[in-house]
Amino acid sequence: MDIARLVELNATYARVIDNEQFEEWPKLFHDPCLYKLTTAENVARGLEGGLIYADTRGMLEDRVSSLRKVNIYERQRYRHIVGLPVVLSRQNGAAEVETPFLIVRIMREGDMDVFATGCYRDKVQPDASGALRFAERIVICDGRRFDTLVAIPF
Amino acid sequence: MDIRHDEGLKETVSNGIWPEESLARVPYWVYQDEANYKREMERLFEAATWNFVCLEADIPSKGDYRTNHVGIMPVIAVRGADGGVNCFENRCSHRGALIAFDDGGNVGNQFRCVYHSWSYDLSGNLRGIAFERGINGVGGMPKDFCREDFSPRKLRTTTLAGLVFATLSPDTPPIEEYIGADVLGRLKRVLNRPIRVMGRFVQPLPNNWKLYVENVKDTYHASILHTFLTTFRISRLTQGGGVLVSPDGGNHSSYTIAIPEGANANAYKEQQIRSDLDGRFALADPSVLDSVEEFGDHIQLQILSVFPGFILQQIHNCLAVRHVVPRGVGKMDLVWTYFGFADDTPEMNRRRLKQQNLVGPAGFISMEDGCVGGFVQRGTAAAAEQVSVIEMGGSTAESQATRATEASVRGFWKAYRRFMGY
Repeated sequence: MDIARLVELNATYARVIDNEQFEEWPKLFHDPCLYKLTTAENVARGLEGGLIYADTRGMLEDRVSSLRKVNIYERQRYRHIVGLPVVLSRQNGAAEVETPFLIVRIMREGDMDVFATGCYRDKVQPDASGALRFAERIVICDGRRFDTLVAIPF
Repeated sequence: MDIRHDEGLKETVSNGIWPEESLARVPYWVYQDEANYKREMERLFEAATWNFVCLEADIPSKGDYRTNHVGIMPVIAVRGADGGVNCFENRCSHRGALIAFDDGGNVGNQFRCVYHSWSYDLSGNLRGIAFERGINGVGGMPKDFCREDFSPRKLRTTTLAGLVFATLSPDTPPIEEYIGADVLGRLKRVLNRPIRVMGRFVQPLPNNWKLYVENVKDTYHASILHTFLTTFRISRLTQGGGVLVSPDGGNHSSYTIAIPEGANANAYKEQQIRSDLDGRFALADPSVLDSVEEFGDHIQLQILSVFPGFILQQIHNCLAVRHVVPRGVGKMDLVWTYFGFADDTPEMNRRRLKQQNLVGPAGFISMEDGCVGGFVQRGTAAAAEQVSVIEMGGSTAESQATRATEASVRGFWKAYRRFMGY
């Protein structure tokens, strides 16, 4: 799988979240899919639970609806800095890919703090139109401390 | 009658007055005062209270241990040679270093401090001192040094339905008595067989620890602040339910019963409460709410707390324990442990994984609790001498068959004031 296309996919992913175009975020996934937000510690211990766990595009859309219309939190946005993807394996046009990330959270009052670092462990494959989409994106945070709340997906 | 809270303490930001002889008023200095915070460590956490330290499932075998905090005191809980659980201060009696500096693991037969290799058995007894006799007869410890006099402080431990609690006081009553029969029954209702841990997360909160404990006990806010609950009719105050408060006030269990609301169905609309968003938002994939009744009693939501900092949660099939750890006067850690049962089917495991979206730092239901304590902490910055009004459902702290009450919040203050001597 062409690295440039993976970089483009990740750049699009980061951009839609950072620009608060959250409705575009689920469209980057296949349906069904798996999106999970967890920690390196849980992964290492074989603990399956996640802060966010979605196995359909509908569940991702519900995350967006909820953060837009239902949940209450202080205004904030993210800045993703996404590193270069490493392809771990390829088969049948799909690839297992790992990409490091850093997320700065910008709060209403102007604080810019490192909110999370970690790596995305993905299964990426093209959809019917040939566009690369995530069949799986496991967000593995390096630490386990999530300050105050997590409203916006990583 | 006004009560002095800290006559003997000099560095207080308040004048130390509890404003009224009422459980329904609480002064805001109680969330801000450094001297009061120090006193809480002595009079609550290190006194006759049972503090959650770990799950038995964390430490099934001899030598398995977990580290935790009782108040600000670092502690080790370890499975001993006799199968029991021991707990002692995580502080080497030589120079005070942490004896164990990981979250947990297995130490075999002994802990060994890395600094100077003093060692401790699984009961926390000082057993070995490196070079105790010196080298070639030179140096070493005095011959009359008595190791028995230098062990870390030991805590009494007790286990209850797979939970491990510890106390520093010889006077703490047995855990069943401490929790009280009503709340104990609700605890055993959920923890009725061996559990398995499904995930752990820590949520640092920008508020005094008591603001979160109050929030947990506050049955009034839940379906108002947490719009998700109401929107999807997971829990509305108009549904059946209530709150049980232990006789001493410190422990509680609130519950929602899965029965129709009938004539009360429009109450939220009539009150113009933001949390009634019916018709404006439907889930694209409602499988997150696909729950089954697993306890056989129609209770679909139960929140339970044990004074001072333990919480057990059942929201449909989403189970967790939460541990409140103070981290300074205006900060705390909320430690989440998601769990299921050892005998869960793959379907139930998947159901729990999905429902875990409801709780935790990113929880559809619980995320607001992460910020609202900070809103109070910030809102009261200049109001140390002002008071909060906690009068829903009266001024007393007994069990009530409604959740439109603050009875269990008052119960917390009843217990708090007794321990603190206010």
